[in-house]
Amino acid sequence: MSLGSFLLRRLGSGAIAILGVTVLVFAFLHIVPGDPIDHLAGGEATPEQRAALEHCLGLDQPAGAQIVAFLGHVADGTLGHQCPDPAHKPTVAARIFAVMPYTIFLAIAGMLVGVILALPLGVLAAVRRGTWVDTLASVAALSGIAIPMMLFASLAVLVFFAELGWLPGPTETGPAALVLPALCVGIHLMAMLSRMTRSSMVEVLGEDYVRTARAKGLPESRVLFVHALRNALLPVITVAGMQFGSLLTGAIIVEKVFARPGLGTTLLEAITERDYPVVQGTVFVIAVIYVLVNIAVDLAYGLIDPRIRVR
Amino acid sequence: MKIGAAMFVLFVVLGLFGPWLAPYDPTHVDLTLRFLPASSAHWLGTDSNGIDTLSQLLWGAREALVISTSVVAISAALGLAIGTLAGWYRGVVDEILMRLVDIMMAFPGILLNIAIVATVRRPGLGVVIFALCANGWVGYARVARGQVLALRERDYVLAARALGASGPRIMFSHLVPNLLGPALVQITFGFGAVITIEAALSFLGLGPQVDYTWGAMLAQGTAFLWKSGFRTYVLVPGLAIAWVMIAVNLLGDGLDPQKRGTL
Repeated sequence: MSLGSFLLRRLGSGAIAILGVTVLVFAFLHIVPGDPIDHLAGGEATPEQRAALEHCLGLDQPAGAQIVAFLGHVADGTLGHQCPDPAHKPTVAARIFAVMPYTIFLAIAGMLVGVILALPLGVLAAVRRGTWVDTLASVAALSGIAIPMMLFASLAVLVFFAELGWLPGPTETGPAALVLPALCVGIHLMAMLSRMTRSSMVEVLGEDYVRTARAKGLPESRVLFVHALRNALLPVITVAGMQFGSLLTGAIIVEKVFARPGLGTTLLEAITERDYPVVQGTVFVIAVIYVLVNIAVDLAYGLIDPRIRVR
Repeated sequence: MKIGAAMFVLFVVLGLFGPWLAPYDPTHVDLTLRFLPASSAHWLGTDSNGIDTLSQLLWGAREALVISTSVVAISAALGLAIGTLAGWYRGVVDEILMRLVDIMMAFPGILLNIAIVATVRRPGLGVVIFALCANGWVGYARVARGQVLALRERDYVLAARALGASGPRIMFSHLVPNLLGPALVQITFGFGAVITIEAALSFLGLGPQVDYTWGAMLAQGTAFLWKSGFRTYVLVPGLAIAWVMIAVNLLGDGLDPQKRGTL
């Protein structure tokens, strides 16, 4: 199978999953109690105003037509419009893309912090297995998992912003303002990834080719980082990829503590306000990124391990 | 693992008996007693409404135990049943159920929980439990399906079939008992996951509308973190959650045959 047809197949099955998620969200929005018109129109709207809103949202159409209309909005790149008065409000796509950079930067920065901390920690714990180094790494990983994210984030703000004043705190912008949120996200990732790295490395270090590499006199650093780590990385990348996907919305706690905009917060607002077009559009964008990240993970496998490279 | 088990047992005991041990009513508001430091009358001080923190902690343990036990029990039962059906019947049943699992996996978990809870104005315990079960079963279903695919080829299944046992009988008297081992590891971690998500929902203002869940305490504690003298309050629910997380992680790793001896 060539790379092209591999990509085509993955994109195809990804498109089906995205369509499934879209239909599911659509069905969900129509099953749950709570009328979007009530939220938009308020208490004292006239029946005419309500009817106009309903028409604007397309809710007067049959369900099938509404889904087709949404797919039309996907095709024209607007992802839908906000009612009432769509001409003077940003499209759903514009609203999403305004917060996207915040989410993407936080996810990438958090992932970098997580990986940079986790790989050395995991490798060290595997190499010094059973010693105090291993124990220390386990304790670090366990605390990263155990301490609730909101507590960690709030304490980080208190210490580094309020007390020490070293770093910018909530509501500020600029690259420095990314440091604390990324640290909070990263510590949590570190916990998961370092455990994964450790157990994967322990397994790989017992393999024959590692013994061979050592026997032929390669320096230990080369054995560890070129021969062993490269093979140990596969499961770590799988977990990292899955985590990257959940970071798109899972960072919602960090977004709240740092008063940062983001996809998760936008979606939460839209759900509480019954803002159907924004919910539908945001979930669509998230599903697309999920699928793309998964494909990227599969391609990364090939880069790291030529044995599973698509031919 | 023994440490994890002991820590977990303490959580369960406090969850069961905590409310009787609690010195005060966890909903009794007394604004003259706000933000008190620890004292002999209030061992852990009081909160922004003058409620005794220790009593909140103990009632919160009950709440956490109720939520996590119900969610884990319902999700596990549902997930194991779905996974077993998919693995046993294979074919179309498997295809449909597993596509559903795929879609659920592609949908960010906490968002589904939020979406369900946000549909109700004042979510009670039941809504939160339902929301957490809505996607909680997925992981169990995957594990059960994988196990059943392997187990169904075993000789004892063949023997049962030769004796004329029906499909449902084989599934539920022969396969499910053999699934419980691997599922137990997941169930253990499930307790921690549920408590974390509940805390996240409460923090976002979407938790069960009572003041004494650990998540609600965390939300209050972080909101008043700027108030010097009240900073220790947030550590109470924080450490309680961390306690359960450490317990289930140690216990789960200990139960997992693949990871036994690590950590």
